[in-house]
Amino acid sequence: MTAVLETQSLCKAFGGLIATNDVSFSLPAGARHALIGPNGAGKTTLVNLLTGVLQPTSGRILLQGRDITGLPSHKRVKRGLARTFQINQLFADLTPLQTLVLAIAEREDAATGWWRPVGLRRDLIDEAEALLLQLGLIDVRDQRTATIAYGKQRLLEIAVALAGKPAVLLLDEPAAGVPETERHQILDVIAQLPASVTLVLIEHDMQLVFRFARTISVLVNGGLFMEGPAADIARDPRVKKVYLGEELVDV
Amino acid sequence: MSALLTYFRPDTRTASGALLAPARWQPLEILFWLFAVSLFWLAPSKVLLLNEIAILALFALSLDLILGYAGIVSLGHGAFFGLGAYVAGLLGKHGLHDPVAGLLISGGVAALLGFVTSFLVLRGSDLTKLMVTLGVALILRELANKFSTITGGADGLTGVTMGPVLGLFEFDIFGKTAYAYSLAVLFILFYIARRLVNSPYGLLLRAIKGNSLRAGAMGVPTSLRLVIIYTIAAGYAGIAGALLAQTSQFVSLDVLDFHRSADVLLVLVLGGSGQLWGAVVGAIAFKIMYDFLAAITPQYWQFWVGLVLVLIVLLGKGGILGFYGAGRDWLANRLGKGGVR
Ligand SMILES: Nc1ncnc2c1ncn2[C@@H]1O[C@H](COP(=O)(O)OP(=O)(O)OP(=O)(O)O)[C@@H](O)[C@H]1O
Ligand SMILES: [Mg+2]
Repeated sequence: MTAVLETQSLCKAFGGLIATNDVSFSLPAGARHALIGPNGAGKTTLVNLLTGVLQPTSGRILLQGRDITGLPSHKRVKRGLARTFQINQLFADLTPLQTLVLAIAEREDAATGWWRPVGLRRDLIDEAEALLLQLGLIDVRDQRTATIAYGKQRLLEIAVALAGKPAVLLLDEPAAGVPETERHQILDVIAQLPASVTLVLIEHDMQLVFRFARTISVLVNGGLFMEGPAADIARDPRVKKVYLGEELVDV
Repeated sequence: MSALLTYFRPDTRTASGALLAPARWQPLEILFWLFAVSLFWLAPSKVLLLNEIAILALFALSLDLILGYAGIVSLGHGAFFGLGAYVAGLLGKHGLHDPVAGLLISGGVAALLGFVTSFLVLRGSDLTKLMVTLGVALILRELANKFSTITGGADGLTGVTMGPVLGLFEFDIFGKTAYAYSLAVLFILFYIARRLVNSPYGLLLRAIKGNSLRAGAMGVPTSLRLVIIYTIAAGYAGIAGALLAQTSQFVSLDVLDFHRSADVLLVLVLGGSGQLWGAVVGAIAFKIMYDFLAAITPQYWQFWVGLVLVLIVLLGKGGILGFYGAGRDWLANRLGKGGVR
């Protein structure tokens, strides 16, 4: 299988701090991949490099075989690379409905239409509503995003990314800060995504990781410490050491 | 009758209705425009003031498009106003006397300046934006001063003559044609702006203002999208300046003065930014306040304007319209109907 997303010797230094250290990996289409590692390991930095929020110090990134290293963020999205943020990045003053209509409009290159009211774009609205329904957000459809419950905001993060119909989706701790009882809801949404979408999940909750992932990379101090099938990683004593104190469950 | 009712109050239980509701004209808005027209007959002695209000409202509207909707701060929006005024004045002086043609050309030239400078303005932080916009305005003013053979310099540009509007309506010394003309232009541009802010593009602007990182992560080329609105707003401001030049048939360096940029910001904050009506309401309030205060304390009127501004900003976000909205919601709650929006 050819790689959908690939990096070659990716490095990122913040001054003296090497946040990403010679990372090379490749993901096949439809992967269910988890990226784990202790706090400050460089997971978010890697996502920022992949999505173009940060420019690497050196190394290359390839999406579907094409070099995207120098491409601005928004153009990578158009090529099918979407992400969610560890810390919510939403439009506080817009409603979830408006947010999704806009995300869909952008995907359809209809977001520059400046005459017809948004409310008459049935095509966009119907799809947005279906997505709201799918993610259990329909009850907060018309509320200002800033005022909706945190767990729902996390779901909206995912919904916005899905609205772009991405080929690759990078989920940066989608359940971060969500109470235990609501976490399964977020994972259910992720589990139900079409098999064609390549998924990368960053997550600290090992239970969620092993429920989701078929392959896992462990990132430590910016470098790839280990990678392989989930079952192997779960059994590896060195990984346990890295996660000192954290419980690893058996699969 | 019920069709009319669903127009004004679309069914907000449906998704499209919820999105449409703010785009629908409300009876109060229609009444406002009818009232503005009726003043032509009701207050013929005030048309000069009304003309100034209409021009200021258009100027503030143009600032609202970039500041209120797109979040682009500017301390030099007067540059486009002044440029439009000079272009219209020069056209009127040198042979093109048709007001509407002059208006379109002036707006076009100002839009062109907006387009070119947008690439400087849109990079960088808010502070950078403030400085670049301020700088552009200062440069323009100095150029107008320097090339006094063309602009008339400190003495102003005289000899501006205007033909009849649409070949039909001669400008009169009372300013009746001027008011009708400015009001018509304001209405048309208000209507277009209203379409724009309720369209997908309007939503996009609010999104970029709210969180440009997220907008970019949605695939939006944010800078490119802002260039468009900056250009449009510059054109709007240019048309406002052109209206002033055409209806007063005179242009002086004053149109490029810093106070123009500062006043329009004040007007918008006073009325409430981020809602088109804020520009109109702010312009009315500002001009009336000015007229009233200048009459009783000619020396110190700015003191009172400053005080009102501070109070408005500290007491409530959203200016006069913010107070209006809060009052309406409070009333709706008291009547047990729930808020309108
Ligand atoms: N913009 C930046 N400038 C300087 N240092 C940064 C920047 N972003 C991240 N870092 C540093 O890089 C390292 C990796 O941070 P990163 O956020 O990628 O970690 P992470 O693996 O996502 O951690 P967490 O699990 O806490 O989210 C940290 O030491 C962090 O302080
Ligand atoms: Mg992180």
